[in-house]
Amino acid sequence: MPDDVTPATPTPALALRGLWRRFGPKIAVAGIDLTVPAGSFYGLVGPNGAGKTTTISMSTGLLQPDAGQVLVHGRDLWADPVAVKRTLGVLPDGVKLFDRLTGEQLITYAGLLHGLDRDTVAGRSRELLTAFDLVDDARTLVVDYSAGMTKKVALACALVHAPNLLVLDEPFEAVDPVSAANIRDILASYVRGGGTVVVSSHVMDLVQRMCDHVAVVARGQVLAAGPVEQVRGDGSLEDRFVELVGGRVAAEGFAWLRTSSD
Amino acid sequence: MVAHLVRLKLALLGNGLRRSAWQVVGLVLGLVYGLLVLGLVVAGLAALSTQDTALRQTVTVVVGSVLVLGWWFVPLVAFGVDATLDPARFVTFAIPRRSLLTGLAIAGLVGIPGAMSTVTSLAIGLTWWRDPLTVPVALLGAAAGLALAVVGGRAISTVAAPLVARRRVRELLAVLVVLLLASIGPALGSLSGAAVVSVDEHTFDRPAQVLAWTPAGAPWAAAGDAAAGRWGLVVVRLVIAAAGLVLAWWVWGRATAHVLVNPPHQEAAGPRKGLGWFGRLPATPLGAVTARCLTYWVRDPRYALALVMVPLTPVLLWVVGRGSALVLISGPIAAFFVGWGISADLSYDGTAFWTHVAAPLRGVTDRLGRVLASATIGVPVVAAIVVSTAAVVGASDDLPALLGASLGVLLTAYGGASVVSALVVMPVQQPGENPFATRQGTSLAAFLSQTVGWMAVIVLALPEIVLAWLAVRGGPAALGVAAALVGLVLGAIVLVVGVRTGGRVLDRRAPLLLHRLVSFS
Repeated sequence: MPDDVTPATPTPALALRGLWRRFGPKIAVAGIDLTVPAGSFYGLVGPNGAGKTTTISMSTGLLQPDAGQVLVHGRDLWADPVAVKRTLGVLPDGVKLFDRLTGEQLITYAGLLHGLDRDTVAGRSRELLTAFDLVDDARTLVVDYSAGMTKKVALACALVHAPNLLVLDEPFEAVDPVSAANIRDILASYVRGGGTVVVSSHVMDLVQRMCDHVAVVARGQVLAAGPVEQVRGDGSLEDRFVELVGGRVAAEGFAWLRTSSD
Repeated sequence: MVAHLVRLKLALLGNGLRRSAWQVVGLVLGLVYGLLVLGLVVAGLAALSTQDTALRQTVTVVVGSVLVLGWWFVPLVAFGVDATLDPARFVTFAIPRRSLLTGLAIAGLVGIPGAMSTVTSLAIGLTWWRDPLTVPVALLGAAAGLALAVVGGRAISTVAAPLVARRRVRELLAVLVVLLLASIGPALGSLSGAAVVSVDEHTFDRPAQVLAWTPAGAPWAAAGDAAAGRWGLVVVRLVIAAAGLVLAWWVWGRATAHVLVNPPHQEAAGPRKGLGWFGRLPATPLGAVTARCLTYWVRDPRYALALVMVPLTPVLLWVVGRGSALVLISGPIAAFFVGWGISADLSYDGTAFWTHVAAPLRGVTDRLGRVLASATIGVPVVAAIVVSTAAVVGASDDLPALLGASLGVLLTAYGGASVVSALVVMPVQQPGENPFATRQGTSLAAFLSQTVGWMAVIVLALPEIVLAWLAVRGGPAALGVAAALVGLVLGAIVLVVGVRTGGRVLDRRAPLLLHRLVSFS
């Protein structure tokens, strides 16, 4: 649907080809193939430990794959990391930020590392701080931010260099509903403007409403991928997800957990 | 509860060993080293047990006090307190505080330092074996001393931790460092007038007598008084020890209770002005990395703690060398430690390092930015130490040689550290964590890389060190100039090669290092 804005290009924004990664005896990602069309809003869903974070780390140059290829707009990320990373915006999960910097300093740092000049960084960081409702805390150390504010400032860092492809790991975790709605708007307008977004999430409902494409990942493999309507079929995405992944446990027993029984 | 906590500690040790074979090697090496030291101590005490009572008392009081004071204060400056059993981790369990503390104290003795201290205390107690009446008193004293060591150490570090985390105290520490630096000259000048100290068997009589009245020395002194028949004094010593123990226990209990319900939280600092260094340095990736590191030198206490040791070097050398020209080597030594300091930079970044990995940043830029930031502080500090120590011993003629050697070592250490820190990262305290806590699992790979790196830096800096040595030992003035030239040129070459090599290594290994850093957290 964003194709009316962007000229449709045959090269996908992100293409994973036979991606493998093992940690010791555990295979975290077992040959993932994924094609993210340019201009799509792509959701990556899967249970805990499915390999989402590992896949995202390998797609953004943060973790070297054991085998396989990552093509960003047709260019091999791991063959020329420095050039390809210029076009990538990343929000990883479960890592710290340089949190002894103020929010404003952190965004400036991210911009300068990507080679922006001073005026561009200053202008964009002001705009980003306003958009994410962080203006009042721009000069507070990030270590004193709440979890949601930290997510927002990290997202601002991922956006500051105007990447073509944005890869976000759990961007809505700990973010309040108002901020989440603002972030969704920003991301939607980014996609309308020709950008491509990949988000991982646990929240099916969110993915169903927000994304146009979705991939269900479990045990290091892609179980289903494609446009949301196609993947979910007639039911909701959540039903389809549970059906694909399995693992529901009947909630019987736990008599001892009824506090009135003692 | 005690048994549970001891078992937990053993299980944690065991799991740590299961995670990597290198840790087993590390533990074995530690054990061998510990046994060697312990063997020497026990042999010395055995030999002592045949000496006369007065000497026995002096030596046991000194050895015991060193043991206690070591447990009390060493964690504040080095090594840290073993944080595997942090009281904060038990906050959700309904454990009575008393049993939690007892368990933690006894579990604190599990491990190499604990075992060594236990055996040493026992050996001190048993030095009195020829005096059957004294032995129970000696053993009681030894047990009290060991308990004082462990509980007192915990009490001091629990109380000191939130203090050090506080901004004001950190700023105070920074000021103290500057003051220390400034006072080296006058302090050493006045010391040189003091009488030369000579060591014989009575040197320690006075210190031992004083220590025997403090909680650190009293438990060990009781046995000697018992042997001499001064039973009144025995009671007094044991009362001092018991009072110390009760006080330490109370302080530790209070502090722990406070920490359990008020987890350490950094008070939110007031808003900053502007962009700080980011606004002042060039708006390039290199300028940004430098600005970030400089900001951290000011805001992160872990960097400040590394600098605290630097001004102590000349003071220690002055005392050890009794005012001789030995103090002149503090310049190169301080330069070495300041320069080598950046070898832990990546480890200090922790997982925040992903910002560099995700950005189109060349390894060389990362390396050079860190060196520039450290040099902004390191070069003036080293120069100040060289000039002040030279002024103190009246060796201003040797300034070219000393400055050459020191700056040469500094540049060489920067070069070496740039390579080593691109190869290996190690677990360190995370920002905001108790700065006195040690992290489990420093691998032998980290240890080896540090050792090899040290040796490489020393070898590479040897030309200017030798030249400077000859110049200071009365060589012609030309030698001093040569040392300065060689130091600057050779150091610059090593720095350039080190930064470029480190940069290339980092280009290749950054994702791997990031993965390690993530696995530490």
